[in-house]
Amino acid sequence: MITRLLFALAVVLTSATIALAVEPDEMLDDPALEARAREVSQQLRCVVCQNQDIDSSNAGIARDMRVLVRERIVAGDSNDEVLEAMVARYGNYVLLRPPFNTQTYALWLAPLVLVLLAASIGIAVIRQARRKKHEKPDELTAEEEDALRSVIDTPPTTETRQ
Amino acid sequence: MKRLLFASPVIVALVFGAFFLWGLNPERDPNSIPSVLISRPAPVFELPEVAGTGVPGFSNADLEGNDAPVIVNVFASWCVPCRAEHAVLTRLVAEEGVQLFGINYRDEPEDAARWLNELGNPYVRIGSDIDGRVGLDWGLTGVPETFIVGPDGTVLYKHIGPILGDVAIRNFTTALAQARQAGMT
Amino acid sequence: MIPELGQFALTLAFGFALVQSVLPMLGASRGNLLWMRSARATSLAQVAFTLIAFAALMRSFVVSDFTVLNVVENSHSLKPLLFKIAGTWGSHEGSLLLWVLILTVFGAAVSFFGTNISEGLRARTLSVQAWISVGFFSFMLFTSNPFERVFPPPADGQDLNPLLQDVGLAMHPPLLYFGYVGFSIVFSFAVAALIEGRVDAAWARWVRPWTLAAWISLTAGIALGSWWAYYELGWGGWWFWDPVENVSFMPWLLGTALLHSAIVTEKRDAFKSWTILLAILTFSMSLLGTFIVRSGLLTSVHAFAVDPERGLYILWLLGITIGGSLLLFAWRAPALESGGLFRPISREAGLLVNNLLLASATGTVLFGTVYPLFVEALSGERLSVGPPFFNATFIPIMLPLVFVMAIGPFLSWKRADLAGVLQRLKFAAVLSGLAVLVVWYLTEGGPVLAYLTLALAAWLFLATVMEWTGRIRFGNVPLREALRRAKNLPRAAHGMTMAHLGLAVAIVGFVGSTAWKSEEIVFVTPGTEISIAGFDVVYEGVERITGPNYVANRGTLVVERDGDYVTTLYPERRQYPVAQYSTTESSIRSTLAGDLYASLTEPANAEAEARGAWTLRILYEPLVNFIWIGSAMLVLGGGLSLSDRRLRIGAPRRSARRSAAAETPAE
Repeated sequence: MITRLLFALAVVLTSATIALAVEPDEMLDDPALEARAREVSQQLRCVVCQNQDIDSSNAGIARDMRVLVRERIVAGDSNDEVLEAMVARYGNYVLLRPPFNTQTYALWLAPLVLVLLAASIGIAVIRQARRKKHEKPDELTAEEEDALRSVIDTPPTTETRQ
Repeated sequence: MKRLLFASPVIVALVFGAFFLWGLNPERDPNSIPSVLISRPAPVFELPEVAGTGVPGFSNADLEGNDAPVIVNVFASWCVPCRAEHAVLTRLVAEEGVQLFGINYRDEPEDAARWLNELGNPYVRIGSDIDGRVGLDWGLTGVPETFIVGPDGTVLYKHIGPILGDVAIRNFTTALAQARQAGMT
Repeated sequence: MIPELGQFALTLAFGFALVQSVLPMLGASRGNLLWMRSARATSLAQVAFTLIAFAALMRSFVVSDFTVLNVVENSHSLKPLLFKIAGTWGSHEGSLLLWVLILTVFGAAVSFFGTNISEGLRARTLSVQAWISVGFFSFMLFTSNPFERVFPPPADGQDLNPLLQDVGLAMHPPLLYFGYVGFSIVFSFAVAALIEGRVDAAWARWVRPWTLAAWISLTAGIALGSWWAYYELGWGGWWFWDPVENVSFMPWLLGTALLHSAIVTEKRDAFKSWTILLAILTFSMSLLGTFIVRSGLLTSVHAFAVDPERGLYILWLLGITIGGSLLLFAWRAPALESGGLFRPISREAGLLVNNLLLASATGTVLFGTVYPLFVEALSGERLSVGPPFFNATFIPIMLPLVFVMAIGPFLSWKRADLAGVLQRLKFAAVLSGLAVLVVWYLTEGGPVLAYLTLALAAWLFLATVMEWTGRIRFGNVPLREALRRAKNLPRAAHGMTMAHLGLAVAIVGFVGSTAWKSEEIVFVTPGTEISIAGFDVVYEGVERITGPNYVANRGTLVVERDGDYVTTLYPERRQYPVAQYSTTESSIRSTLAGDLYASLTEPANAEAEARGAWTLRILYEPLVNFIWIGSAMLVLGGGLSLSDRRLRIGAPRRSARRSAAAETPAE
C-alpha cells in the first residue's frame, strides 16, 4: 500500500513539471502531417494517466509518446504503423479503439448481437400482441361451434328456474 | 422458455457480479499494465554515459552474453521513491552479487552524479536517457521500474514501482532466483 | 460535541430504517393498518435524523472544525464559504451522507404525497425503500463514518481538490444523486408490486411522476457535469466516455426507456413485466455507478479515493439488492397478465422500438465499460475501451431511434396509419434535406455522418413542431382557437414536445462542436496575433493576481473581427498552494453561433520560459451552446410533464375518487 502511494507520488511529480497537453514546440509544420499526428494521438491512451488520450494528457510520458508519434509520421509511417509501434512497447492497452481480434470479438460483436436480440424480442412481442387480437373473434373449435349451436337450438326451459 | 427469459436478467447480473468480485481482489492493481517485453529480447538501444559517475554507458549488446541474469533499473534523481529503493538495490548487489545496470531517466547528468555521490553507486553501467526515448522503448510507465534480463538478452521479469516493503522485495528476489535457476539448466 | 450528535442522529435514523423495513411489510401481509401506517412516522424520523446528521457535518465544514478527519481532508480555512459547504459532499463519506439523505427524503415524500396510492402498496414500497436505507446506513456507520475525529487536530486542512472548487461542480453531485436515488423509489414500487403480484394502470400512473422527477434531476446533473468538464478541464471536450460518465449515463438511458414504457403500461395495460424490469434495472445502474465510483474497480479520472473493503461492502449490497430483486422478478413476473393488443404499426410498437433501442444502447455502453475487466480476469491482459469504440457503436444505435422518435408521436394507439403519417411528414423530410444542403454549402467539408445526423436532428425538430401544431390545429383554425386548444392540451403533451425538441437541439450542438471545431495551439509573447474562425486575437501578456486560496497568472486577449473590437478574454492559470494543484480557468466568449474558447498554460520548456512564451490554446466550437440549451429544454419538458394535473402528486381530495376508479383502465 505504501509503495503504491509512493509510486503515485512519483507519477504526480513527473507530471507536475510539464504543461498541459500537446504543446506548440512538439507540433509539426506541415498541417496535414500534424493533423494525422493529432488523430493518432487521440487514439492512444496515456499509460500513466487514469483514463486519457496522450493528446490531452500533461504527463511526461504522454509527451514523449506524442513526440515519437510525430517522428514516426515524419519518417513516413502510416497511422496504423505508428499505432503498431506503440503496441509493440505497451501492448493493446494503449489503443483506445481496441483491435478486432479473438480477444475482442465479443466486444465488437456485442452491440450487433444486442440489437438483433432486441429485434427478435420486439418481433415476438408484436406477433403475440397481434395474434391475441385474432383469437377472440374467429378461432372457435368445431366442438365449441357444436356446443354453441346446441345452446342456441335448445328451446328455453322454464323448469329449472323454479 | 418463458421462465428462462425472465430468469436471464438475474443470470447476467450474477455473471457481472462474479467479475466484480474478482476485480476487488486486493492483490489486483487496476493501474498496472503487464509488460509486453516479457520473454522477448530487450529493445535495441544505445545510451551514453552519465558524465561524472565514472561508469560507462551501455547498449542492448551489453545485456547479452553475461554469465548470469542482470538487473536493469530505471531511476532518476528527482524521483522520491528511488531514493528509498536505492538502499534495497545496493544491498541486493552486495548480497546476491548481481550486475546492476541503470537507466537514468530524464535527468540532468549533474543531478544524477550528485545523487550517486551522496548515496553511493551500485551500478556497473549507467546510461543517460535524457529525452526519455529509451524509457519508451522499454514500455516505461513510471519511475522507478526494474527489469531482470537473462544471459541471452531476454527480458524475464518486470517490477513496476519501487522495490520496497517485504512483499515487493520477496517477489523480486524470488523472480531473480528463478531466473538464475533457469540459466543453470 | 456536534459531530457526535451527528453520528448519534445517524444511528437513530438507522434504527428507524430497521423498523420500517419490517413493520409495514408485515402489516400489509396481515392487513394490520396500524403497522402499515407506521411507515409514515418512521420515514419522517429517518429524514429528520439524517438531516440533523447532514447539518452537523455541514456545520463542521462551515466552521472548519479540524478535529473532524473528513473536514481536515477536504477543506481549508481560507476556502470560500460556498466551497466549504460544497465540501460537505466533496468526499466519499460526505457524499454518501447526501445519498442517504436524498434516499430518506424520497421515502418520506412517498409516505406524505403518495396519499393516492393504495395503502398496501404504499406500505410495501416504503418497507422496500427502508431496506435500501438499512444497507446504506450500515455501510456508512461501519465503513465510512463521516464524523471520525482526529487527534491532535492539525492547524489547517488539506483543501478540497481545486478542480472541484467550482460553482458548476458544487451543484453537480446533489443533482446527480437526486436523480440516481430518485430511481430508488421507482425500484421500491416495482419490488412492492412484484410482492403484491399486481401491476395495473394505476401502478404505472403512480410510478411515472417519481420516474420523471428523478429523470429531470439526472438530466440536469449530467448536463451540468458535462458543462463543467467543458469549461474547466481546458481542452473544450464535453463528453469523454470515461467509466464514471458512462455509469451516470446508463441510468439515464434506462430511465428514459422507463418513462416511455410506463406510458404504455398506464394507457394500454401492456409491457407490464418489461416496465417492472426497467424500474429494477434503472436503479441497479445507479447502484452500479455508486459501486464503480467508490470501489476503484475501473480506472477513471473522477473516482473517489479507493478502498477495497468498501468496494466489497457495496458489492454485497449490490448483490442483495439487484440479485434479490431480479430473482423476485424471475419468480413473480411470468405470472403478470399482459393485456394490450396492438398492431405492428401503432404507438405501442413505436414505443417498443424506442425501448429496445435504448436498452441495446445501454447494454453496449455497459459491456464496453466493463469489458476490460472481463479480459483482465480471463486472460490477465489489459485492454482499453475508449471513445472510438463508443462512438462507433453507440451512435449507430441511436440514429434510428432519432428517426423513429419523429414519427412515434403521430401514431395512434392500437393501430396507426403509417402511410398517412409519412404523407404528412413529407414536408419535414424535404425541409430537413434542404437544411442539410444549406449547411453543406456553408461548411467546407466534414464527415458524412455529421451531415446525416444533422438531417435527422432537423427531421426530428420539424416533425415534432408539426405534431404539436397539428394537435392545436394551428393554421386550420383561427389563431385564437389554436391558442385555446394549446392551453387545453395536457401539460404532458407540451412536455413531450419540449423534450423531443430539446434532444434535436442538443444533437445539433453535439455535431457542430465535434465536426467543425477548429483549434490553434501556439506559443504567445505579448503582441502575438492569432487568427481563428474569422476572429483576430491579440495576446497582450500575463499578470499576477491573488485569489482567496490561490494565486493566478491571468492572460489578456483582445479579440477583433474584421477590425472591430469584439471582446477581451482573460484565461487564468491558478495555483492552489495548499492542495499543491494547478487549474486552468478558460475564458469563453459564448454566442449561439459558437464559443471562442481560450486557455493558457505556463511556458512549456526552458527555451520558451526564457522568451516569456506561454502556451495559448484557442478553440472555436461551433454551436456548442445548443447542447446546454437542448439539455435545458429536456429538463423543462420533464418539468412540464411533471406538472401535469393528471400526474400531480399530493392531491388528496381527488385521490379518494381516483383510488376507487384505479382498477378501471385509464383513459
